[in-house]
Amino acid sequence: MKDRLYTWLSGMMLGLSLIMIASLLGFILYMGLGAFWPRPLWQVEDGTGKVYLGVVQGREYMRDVGRGTWDVGSGFTRTFYRIADREFYGTDFVWLNDHEVIRRTKPKDAVVVERLEWGPFFGFIRGIETPEAKISDENRLLPQLHEEMRAARARAKKIRHIERHVIGKLNDAMERERLALRRNELRYGLGAQGMERVRAAHEEAMRRLEERYGKIAEELTVLRSQDEAYRVTLATVEGFKKELPISSIVRVHAPNSLSWFGRLGVYASRLKEFIFDEPREANSEGGVAPAIFGTVLMTLMMAVAVVPFGVLTALYLNEYAHKGPLVSAVRIAVNNLAGVPSIVFGVFGLGFFCYLVGGTLDRLLFAERLPTPTFGGGGILWASFTLALLTVPVVIVATEEALVAVPRSYREASLACGATRFQTIWRVVLPSALPGILTGMILAMARGAGEVAPLMITGVVKLAPELPFDLNFPFFHLERRFMHLGFHIYDVGFQSPNVEASKPMVFMTALLLVGIVLMLNWAAIVIRARLRTRFQGAQI
Amino acid sequence: MEEAVRAQEAAMEIQDLNVWYGTAHAISNVTMPFREHQVTALIGPSGCGKSTLIRCLNRLNDLIDGARIEGRMCLYGQDLYDPNLDVSALRKRVGMVFQKPNPFPKSVYENVAYGLRVNGERSRRVIDEVVERSLKQAALWDEVRDRLHKNALGLSGGQQQRLCIARTLAVGPEVLLLDEPCSALDPIATGKIEELLYTLKARYTIVIVTHNMQQAARVSDVAGFLLMGELVEFDQTETMFTNPTDKRTEAYITGRFG
Repeated sequence: MKDRLYTWLSGMMLGLSLIMIASLLGFILYMGLGAFWPRPLWQVEDGTGKVYLGVVQGREYMRDVGRGTWDVGSGFTRTFYRIADREFYGTDFVWLNDHEVIRRTKPKDAVVVERLEWGPFFGFIRGIETPEAKISDENRLLPQLHEEMRAARARAKKIRHIERHVIGKLNDAMERERLALRRNELRYGLGAQGMERVRAAHEEAMRRLEERYGKIAEELTVLRSQDEAYRVTLATVEGFKKELPISSIVRVHAPNSLSWFGRLGVYASRLKEFIFDEPREANSEGGVAPAIFGTVLMTLMMAVAVVPFGVLTALYLNEYAHKGPLVSAVRIAVNNLAGVPSIVFGVFGLGFFCYLVGGTLDRLLFAERLPTPTFGGGGILWASFTLALLTVPVVIVATEEALVAVPRSYREASLACGATRFQTIWRVVLPSALPGILTGMILAMARGAGEVAPLMITGVVKLAPELPFDLNFPFFHLERRFMHLGFHIYDVGFQSPNVEASKPMVFMTALLLVGIVLMLNWAAIVIRARLRTRFQGAQI
Repeated sequence: MEEAVRAQEAAMEIQDLNVWYGTAHAISNVTMPFREHQVTALIGPSGCGKSTLIRCLNRLNDLIDGARIEGRMCLYGQDLYDPNLDVSALRKRVGMVFQKPNPFPKSVYENVAYGLRVNGERSRRVIDEVVERSLKQAALWDEVRDRLHKNALGLSGGQQQRLCIARTLAVGPEVLLLDEPCSALDPIATGKIEELLYTLKARYTIVIVTHNMQQAARVSDVAGFLLMGELVEFDQTETMFTNPTDKRTEAYITGRFG
């Protein structure tokens, strides 16, 4: 009887945990996946003659405190609308009391215009102007705008290519020239013989680069002014007009006349932007591609750093060290290390990796760049190392468990065949322990990918202009600061000037982070399963 | 009787061997030779020090923290506990088969090739040859020739134990130590291994630890009876089983204790 009670109790606890995990994931899924679905635009008039055009964000019941009663039914409901058009209203959102609303309609031609700047625009298209034509026929406006946007995107792509790659390359070359000169100055002294010639050569090279830069800048100005000539005129529901270049529009749709498939198209397009594009508008819009890249790269680098470190430590503790109080003390210390607050690791990483190691590297190898730090500040390399330190206890503990589980008879058999201790470890013990070691790596990755606090002081920034990887030599720039999904959630959700508007981003980013951690783990589990069959074969 | 035992040259010899695990005195003052091309059986009740003794012969006791060993042991005159001795080279000369079959979780082929690989042998031809020869010597070749590259853990217990013997033989040892090799096997598998020992005797010096009196009587030429770490009696097997000099030996052999 009592036994059954305990079975029930433990089963219920398991059930409770599962329910909590499932509801957390369900909530994030619901809030995140629903965020990009296009919802109808309501045109709302209240008694004072004011008109709003907005999307319903929520509704709540208010008790009418003014009349002094607390009876249910004495209150009223009010609705929370997102009205966008920040430049006209100063705010993105408005609460409207439902009983004051006198008319509520869904105008067919109301559009949602997502812009590069100023957030979305809710209103109507009034006209399109291109160098070739002026269009104001209401029925043709939206299709025409879509067409013009396609052309505008091609123009913007060209401009962005020049800005990003051509000018980027030039800047890189100039920086290299400057550093080369500085290096020579540092090595031979400012007044050294032949320095004149070096400086002259440098100036000549710089002049040529500047010349090329000038030409490109001119070309860019022409392209931009051409692009500016394609314009669209929008109007708010109250009739304020707004004219803007077509290339500054990201997406436009009329949600009230969209079919289900049309909505799906908008959804897919937003999702694609979210995953593959860069953030805009203080991270509250656009995508999170750099943060995804930063998170994945950092986690992988951490795994690469932590595994050899942890495995070697565990090997020494378990295979070489003689059992005694010292080893026990070390083991306890390692286990306690797992309980140190992560921010402490962050501080250590900043002091040790960034300032000490990085600062020394800078002085020895990158002296010409000082006082601008290269490795002497936060960066993805140091952040990965800091997280590797943070997660090394996990790997040590898991590896030790795996090593203990390798039967003694394997070791004895190997030694009896004349293998040395190292050969025994390398050929018999490690392969048998590999699945367990990989389990440790998976746990470390799961812990590391979700960690934010230590990263905030060792290299994460809210907006990194350049990825740690690009096409300029040496391609991987591990000293660069980077973006991270975990920090992104914090930044968008709590540091953004427009918290309410960026709510969907928070949920989507959280969903993505969970998804990425799951995917990394899943990949590691697949690899582990493969290795297990390879090294252990049929277990009997 | 002592003269009869000394008829052949000793491959290994131990003199005044004492072993302590911490404070426990596991072996005390054991002196015995192991003759070339003979099977020496060590018998005695559990915990009498048989395994400890045999593990001293290839220095596998080195692995145990707190084990202390005193006395002189040699392999063809070479001191086993000489500090300059290469232990892995010694273990190549003194092979060992364990109580429970312990093949590596690798293929049959890789198990046998293991000793060669750690020796640095790279030639595929040489390894193929040695694997085949060792498996034939261990009377396993016909059973595994079609599954050389399958996992060794899929073999039966008896096959696994013969595989372990093949793995030991592949290294080319001079002395073969067997620590209760049949205790985990059924009578048929045991019979096969005993037969094998009979043929292997021609090429190797064999030391076998066994719990099984009949087995000791069947396979060994000389036998030593150990009790509480002491060598009570050491003689020709036939003599020991038919006419033991010590009362305790007689009691053990006839099954009155142990």
